[in-house]
Amino acid sequence: MKLKLKIWRQKNSDTKGGFHNYTVEATPEMSFLEMLDVLNQQLIEDKEEPVAFEHDCREGICGTCSMVINGQPHGPMALTTTCQLHMRHYKDGDTIVIEPFRANAFPVIKDLVVDRESFDRIIQAGGFVSVSTGQAPDGNSILIEQDVAREAFDAASCIGCGACVAACPNASAMLFTSAKATHLGYLPQGKVEQAKRVRRMVAQMDKEGFGNCSNTYACEAECPKGISVEYIAKMNRDYFSAMVGSED
Amino acid sequence: MIQLDAKIPKGPLADKWTRYKSSVDLVAPNNKRKLEIIVVGTGLAGASAAASLAELGYKVKAFTFHDSPRRAHSIAAQGGINAAKNYQNDGDSVYRLFYDTVKGGDYRSRESNVHRLAEVSVNIIDQCVAQGVPFAREYGGTLANRSFGGVQVSRTFYARGQTGQQLLIGAYQALSRQVSLGNVEMYNRHEMLDVVKVDGKARGIIARNLVSGKLERFAAHCVVLGTGGYGNVYYLSTNAMNCNVSAAWRAVKRGALMANPCFCQIHPTCIPVSGTYQSKLTLMSESLRNDGRVWVPKKMEDVESIRQGKKKPTDIAEQDRDYYLERKYPAFGNLVPRDVASRAAKEVCDEGRGVNKTGLAVYLDFKDAIMRYGKAEAHANGMDYNDSVLVRKLGTKVVEAKYGNLFEIYEKITGDNPYVTPMRIYPAIHYTMGGLWVDYNLETTIPGLFAIGEANFSDHGANRLGASALMQGLADGYFVLPYTIGHFLSKDIRTPSFSTDLEEFRTAEDEVRNRLSSLLNIKGDRSVESFHRELGLLLWDYCGMSRNAEGLKKGRQLLKNLKEEYYKNVFVPGEMEEFNPELEKAARVADFFELGELMMVDALHRNESCGGHFREEYQTEEGEALRDDENYAYVSAWEWRDEEEPIEHKEPLVFENVELKTRSYK
Amino acid sequence: MSWVSNFLTSSLGKKLIMSLTGLFLIIFLAVHLAGNLQLLAGDDGEAFNVYAHFMTTNGLITFLSYGLYFFILLHIVQGILISLSNRGARKVKYAVSNRKSNSFASRQMMLLGLLVFFFLAVHMGDFWYKMKFTDELSMVTYSGYDYAVKDLYARVDAAFNEWWIVAIYMLGLLALAFHLWHGFQSAFQTLGLNHKKYTPLIDNLGKIYSVLIPIGFAIIPLYFFFVK
Repeated sequence: MKLKLKIWRQKNSDTKGGFHNYTVEATPEMSFLEMLDVLNQQLIEDKEEPVAFEHDCREGICGTCSMVINGQPHGPMALTTTCQLHMRHYKDGDTIVIEPFRANAFPVIKDLVVDRESFDRIIQAGGFVSVSTGQAPDGNSILIEQDVAREAFDAASCIGCGACVAACPNASAMLFTSAKATHLGYLPQGKVEQAKRVRRMVAQMDKEGFGNCSNTYACEAECPKGISVEYIAKMNRDYFSAMVGSED
Repeated sequence: MIQLDAKIPKGPLADKWTRYKSSVDLVAPNNKRKLEIIVVGTGLAGASAAASLAELGYKVKAFTFHDSPRRAHSIAAQGGINAAKNYQNDGDSVYRLFYDTVKGGDYRSRESNVHRLAEVSVNIIDQCVAQGVPFAREYGGTLANRSFGGVQVSRTFYARGQTGQQLLIGAYQALSRQVSLGNVEMYNRHEMLDVVKVDGKARGIIARNLVSGKLERFAAHCVVLGTGGYGNVYYLSTNAMNCNVSAAWRAVKRGALMANPCFCQIHPTCIPVSGTYQSKLTLMSESLRNDGRVWVPKKMEDVESIRQGKKKPTDIAEQDRDYYLERKYPAFGNLVPRDVASRAAKEVCDEGRGVNKTGLAVYLDFKDAIMRYGKAEAHANGMDYNDSVLVRKLGTKVVEAKYGNLFEIYEKITGDNPYVTPMRIYPAIHYTMGGLWVDYNLETTIPGLFAIGEANFSDHGANRLGASALMQGLADGYFVLPYTIGHFLSKDIRTPSFSTDLEEFRTAEDEVRNRLSSLLNIKGDRSVESFHRELGLLLWDYCGMSRNAEGLKKGRQLLKNLKEEYYKNVFVPGEMEEFNPELEKAARVADFFELGELMMVDALHRNESCGGHFREEYQTEEGEALRDDENYAYVSAWEWRDEEEPIEHKEPLVFENVELKTRSYK
Repeated sequence: MSWVSNFLTSSLGKKLIMSLTGLFLIIFLAVHLAGNLQLLAGDDGEAFNVYAHFMTTNGLITFLSYGLYFFILLHIVQGILISLSNRGARKVKYAVSNRKSNSFASRQMMLLGLLVFFFLAVHMGDFWYKMKFTDELSMVTYSGYDYAVKDLYARVDAAFNEWWIVAIYMLGLLALAFHLWHGFQSAFQTLGLNHKKYTPLIDNLGKIYSVLIPIGFAIIPLYFFFVK
């Protein structure tokens, strides 16, 4: 199949970008990124600069791949990262517009590559359990109800790709932040410092320049791992009780 | 001649590590604050090491070429992590895990290291639980286990099919905590391009800032490499696209030794190749072989009709199916180790019984598991267990709960529904047991240069058992290196910080710059990618699942020709001082050429078959691997010399506790 | 008390204010509607005018009404500030925007809110202002009462016979319906009340509420315009 691509090209963070048009020949078995590989091979053969895009594991787990495809982060398929999107969902003659994730907190580095270190800083603010190596009691000394483990796991399955921010009309990072805070907050090991954790993580999130959550739930709809907005509510709860209930 | 001293502590096997820990030189807390450590790579091994070393008080600089230390390919490990907890009361023990690992590795690993690994395995689980890793739980709230290939106990801990992800996030969180405390300086998007030696010791690295493209110098008292394996030398593998050997290979170029490079693991259950544009292969977890049955049709006519689309696999009658693993290995059945399962798949496909268009695929069938689980569910809930529709429905639910995410991945990639029609799978390159030679301290032959995780060679011999990679990465990072590094650093407490203005740093940086600019200046006609694909195919054909002397000699020559063309005809677009992924790839592929050649040299010299290394000349009448313990019970540690033949250094493997036997899973 | 300002100026604190003031206004709507339905009593405005008199003269109600005005203003000002800063969080916009992943109402809360606000200005200027601050309304005395009350009913009757005022009401109420459609359940989500069992209930209740309340209000002008 022949596809028309409209791709955002931007040399670096200091220069202005714009859309460029390309055509590429693809087959239905290809993944979306393999289609871009084909395009890049073409460009290299023509001695042009290939399109920079991020990717690594290509199995939908590392969270490196990004890009917004026809207005949707990770493209049209639900619960699917860009690397797991296959060309059989497109047809001959389709036009595909590809843009980077857009948010002030995710500045563009080049073409479709953005800087997501703001997420790291949110985790560094408190997205951990303060336990050093060697301090742990026996694994079975902490009993965890199956349902609790399941809930915690669901929250923990976040891959940190940033699609929630990209999808949110407000570029809010609430789904990411709440998924991490909730994952740890559900578990007895993490409950201990939950109040401190949510206060710090929310403060850092605000500092990074993400927007406010206005409950449009676009994040949940576009999240490739189906992270639920329930965690946002849970974090709201934890945050309010932490702010009101703490002594400082 | 380099004298290899593995520095194995004296005493009985079970006491070695305990005694070592009690007697190793320690660094006092006030001195730790003065000592700097560079950790390259932030996968399971690197992140856990960086975090643990920082917790001890060392000043750590951690480097990753990813945009975040949470992306390394450890994250993709699906099935689980082994630990000798014996929570299932099925007779597991540290010794049994040690024994299984040595046997599974086809007796080519170092006893003392493996025993230490088995000992600390239990601490890993405790540590990860404390960090908040959401392991699967039983109804009562205790940790759940499952079985993996090559063992007869249930010792694998798991978090659905995303165990690697959860463990890595645990390590990433621990690392993030140390970053927030100011104990770790984190350098994202920095790729190490050289090790800097001062007076023969590793004292720093040259890294390229991948955003600005500028070369930067970093100094420390020692350097730790947790940079993973080199499976991507084959181009198509289950590794992530950016996995590479460059950090390790740069160490080799500076005098470290590469051990057993030909020991590559081929994973039996991957989604088969579907086209020439293909960029990577996707693994289907080994845990699937707990419940899936592997088969191909018995009759060629069935194979033909399946390939032509006239018949579906579900149309093949039970008696016309060849469950070849169960037939050949009744004791372990579908759960034989990876190397055995892979070769068996190759064998039936070589016979022409492969079940897709390319003839390179076998079935992994869940029908029986679905019906079995369905019956049990119906029984448990007082429903009619003779109603096959109901039973199938109930069973599907159970299988979905166990492997749902894997089945989804499969369906996304292939478009087939594996609950209804069996999966098609084929072996693919997955893990590399070979790596930098290290002693008991995990130190390479360059003093002050340590290698951990998949980057070293030490624990898996010629074949790694399932769910052991996560175990080794975390063992090295959390529990081994933080002790053994003291052995080196305790002698350095009076050494002040090194300046990056030293001559050694300047020279190394210039060398890196020249290397990169010479690649940019070739300005040929072929893309890096096209060379990499060709190199990968060449290695797969001549140094893949089975090898022979003639092929290896021919392959090496072809590889040399290709390498020569690479330096004449590769085209690398863009500039050095900008974000340039093509330049990154070009430098990595250049290193793959040299490593690939060394793999062939190693494979050719090892005149035996063991684990992942199968030499066609050395097999039993039944086609099983034929080891030669008399002549090859040693580690080959290679010294690379650019223009001359590599030199082999041998570390004899002494087995005092395990009797060398022919590995049998029959 | 720095924690209070820290709390209320944090992203979550700001949202909490929106949620609490929103819930207060939601309750107010029901009370307001219940009172206003007396316009349909068919008693030429007796019940309504007496009620209106009570509402404007009772001390407690007056006190509450100041709270109401404050919450309305707070809700509006805070809403505008949040919306503007949210728009600023993505300086470079997408070329293609996707409308499938969220609802019109959730995206356009500020627009809908402003429409409701303009409607409110017209509404209050017409009735509340005239009732409280002018002598335009004639006085009536009903039997059984020993005091005269302002004939707000007559003013309502007059206003709702103008087609353009009725049209403004319809538009305003439509905007209110959409605003509530998102706002009702959103207020609960912000408060942290999201539960597998109860959230669907709240969702449905919110949808019913956001349809019924505006319909209830809409009946009044339509009744005066078409029936009476």
